[in-house]
Amino acid sequence: MADAMKIRATLSGDVADVKVLMFHPMETGLRKDPATGEIIPLHFIQRVLATHNGKTVLDAQWSQAVSKNPFLHFRVKGARAGDRITVGWEDNKGEKASIDATLA
Amino acid sequence: MKPQTSQTTFGPRRGALRVLGGVAVALALGALRPIRALAAEWNKAAFDARALPDALKALGIAGAVDSDKVELKAPEIAENGAIVPVEITSAIPGTEALYLFAEKNPQPLVAQFDLSGAEPFISTRIKMGESARVRAIVKAGGKFYSASREVKVTIGGCGG
Repeated sequence: MADAMKIRATLSGDVADVKVLMFHPMETGLRKDPATGEIIPLHFIQRVLATHNGKTVLDAQWSQAVSKNPFLHFRVKGARAGDRITVGWEDNKGEKASIDATLA
Repeated sequence: MKPQTSQTTFGPRRGALRVLGGVAVALALGALRPIRALAAEWNKAAFDARALPDALKALGIAGAVDSDKVELKAPEIAENGAIVPVEITSAIPGTEALYLFAEKNPQPLVAQFDLSGAEPFISTRIKMGESARVRAIVKAGGKFYSASREVKVTIGGCGG
């Protein structure tokens, strides 16, 4: 799952500006497979956790109404060059991924 | 904290792990570390709620007042309901959580963000089944503050 996520973290003063893309279908459970006509089961990211040097700074709970391939943009104050920002997700099937970035 | 079961964790990736061996296992375990620190359980009652008042009740949100210190950016017209950009910024001191709702979605609660070091700012993209009011609620000092915007959706983004 090396390509399950992308992250871009930039430092502006002491604020880290973090943009994350998560490659995930975010199925609502309402959509039909156009080929088979079968309902595609609910499959979505439920939790997103962001840490700054290992300390949790953002803990999110999501529904299936977050768009496919979710985009998340957040900021962390009190950051310095060399600090590490990690973002991880877990979906309703227990699949997980995470990525980190070192602030420069 | 719930123990992780190796089956759900590695099931879909088993083939890849076998190929890459120990290095991949070590990387995968490292990747799980932040998730293990997850605190609260996913709020099923709130996310399953089919009406806004029920979702608010399940979240323990009562007496939210409209505030111009809560800024909600959302398009007036969203051509594609599958991708509606939404941005919440709170200027209320001590903001500890942000909640996001699409009031006419089958389940109105879209997301909850608990802040413990991140700035009271979130930008993301959501799905909207139909034209509706998008609402942001901010929790600060045990009180709730709200902002909302009407978003007209041209093509709904839940089914299809």
